[in-house]
Amino acid sequence: MTGSDEFRPSRRGVLGFALAGAVTAGLGTRAAQAARIATKARIVVIGAGAGGTALVNRLVQRLDGAQIILIDPRPQHYYQPGLSLVAAGLKPTGYVVSRTSEWLPSGVTLVAEAAVAIDPVGKSVSTENGQKLEYDFLVVAPGLALDHDAIEGFSLDMVGKDGIGALYAGPDYAAKTWQAAWKFTEEGGIGLFTRPETEMKCAGAPLKHTFLIEDIASRSGARGRYEMHYACPQTALFSVPIVAEKVRMLFGQRGVATHYSHTLKSIDPGRKTARFETAATDPATGELVKSTAEMPYDYLHVIPPQRAPAVIRQSGLSWADKWTDQGWVECDMKTLRHLRYPEIFALGDVAGVPKGKTAASVKWQVPVIEDHLVAAIEGREGTAIYDGYTSCPLITRVGRAMLVEFDYHNNLVPSFPGVIAPLEELWISWLMKEVALKATYNAMLRGRA
Amino acid sequence: MKELTFGTLIAVFEEIFGRGLFWIMVALAALVTLAYLYVLIRDRAVSMRKFLWAQLSMPFGAILAVIFVQRMTHSGLRDIGGPIDVIVLLGVAVLGAVGGAILVYTLQSLLRPPRPRQNP
Repeated sequence: MTGSDEFRPSRRGVLGFALAGAVTAGLGTRAAQAARIATKARIVVIGAGAGGTALVNRLVQRLDGAQIILIDPRPQHYYQPGLSLVAAGLKPTGYVVSRTSEWLPSGVTLVAEAAVAIDPVGKSVSTENGQKLEYDFLVVAPGLALDHDAIEGFSLDMVGKDGIGALYAGPDYAAKTWQAAWKFTEEGGIGLFTRPETEMKCAGAPLKHTFLIEDIASRSGARGRYEMHYACPQTALFSVPIVAEKVRMLFGQRGVATHYSHTLKSIDPGRKTARFETAATDPATGELVKSTAEMPYDYLHVIPPQRAPAVIRQSGLSWADKWTDQGWVECDMKTLRHLRYPEIFALGDVAGVPKGKTAASVKWQVPVIEDHLVAAIEGREGTAIYDGYTSCPLITRVGRAMLVEFDYHNNLVPSFPGVIAPLEELWISWLMKEVALKATYNAMLRGRA
Repeated sequence: MKELTFGTLIAVFEEIFGRGLFWIMVALAALVTLAYLYVLIRDRAVSMRKFLWAQLSMPFGAILAVIFVQRMTHSGLRDIGGPIDVIVLLGVAVLGAVGGAILVYTLQSLLRPPRPRQNP
């Protein structure tokens, strides 16, 4: 038999086809950047976290001749969205740790010291070794401080032992948290999960930890021999009502008992008991009645109150009439510009805005600050607006998550409407959290996303 | 996610598999594709006998690809939660099937080249 069942491509045809493929592959490349602006401006950025690092990378691309100084005493950079995965034994500590210097472009001076004072009138920042850095523009992005001392009887050296976890405290503590949580998932008992009454970074993380540990326990040695309790000072499980309702339903399905208006005040590791301040409305008088409650635990997850770092609170940059116990920076919620010192911007966790203490928010905030800062250098007004975008791939078990995205108005703002439903537990949302998020985070750090 | 560029996509895949494994897989895929083109150009024909074996290997490639992705992401079939998950799963399976078919066809052609054609 000859030919009839044989396909005979010509050499030219095959090569032409390959060439067409190569041309198509190149179509996604980006257009060239706008022309750089010549300036002698001195820009100081406090904090080399997600916000500070991403911003300096973008400023270097936009400005020619500016003096950009980044202040941060810690040589390591932490990929904080990964801490939940480390604390569930899904990733090693190294997954969240890199070196700050790897992310910095040339043209940025890193001062590896802590900032100890800001003079917003004289426009200077002092460092711990006595350097005085004068600025024309200042971006404060130092993150926040975890107030572990506020929980009586608790100290960080307890983490990992006697059933105590605290994943917010950093990569090593997240790994130790998994040691304690793992024991619970094997042996069972009472799991007690908390969150603080202050503003906090990633308000989804306390829920994620609860969901993950419950899921792992349900498939491990503790199956059928554990109880789950979630205690929070608020009267809802999430600040966005529609998400709070969804989480309430999921907690119901998963057997997680919820205790509202419970603020963790102290722990007694010897007796394995946690003491909470509780608040309830008296049905007769309508008054708020405070009392205390003790709850036993075999595994306790502690998230301490969170505040602006001392250098911010002591420099007179905080709100005078809002969050007075926490000290977040007084700034315009749409431009992140300080309301009293227009040459100062607040970026990331430290900003005194109603939402947005996540890396995803930082990704939206950075271009806004960049726009207003560059506009100020050029002597005009910026136009970019931050509308509170916050994203939380809310893990509900190993293998599934809800890609929750919202704004200041508690509206859901899905990135992939009609494709990835925000309130549905999906595998693809899990894939995004587990594998795609760090890559986009890294691209953001380099100023490329 | 705000924007998805080719560079971001590459970075995403580096994260999924690890930089080393990802580029080894890219190199292997490129090698197999080149070998496939080589045998097509060399033979100037698609052998339907070899193509049949390649087609029979497709389900195995599909299943292996799905298992591989699930292993890499700590997940399983029970995590499929909605239509988009099914689409992603099928996409992975299709890639595995096509990749497997090309691999099998190429290997057969390399190991058992066609006998030289006799002139009439």
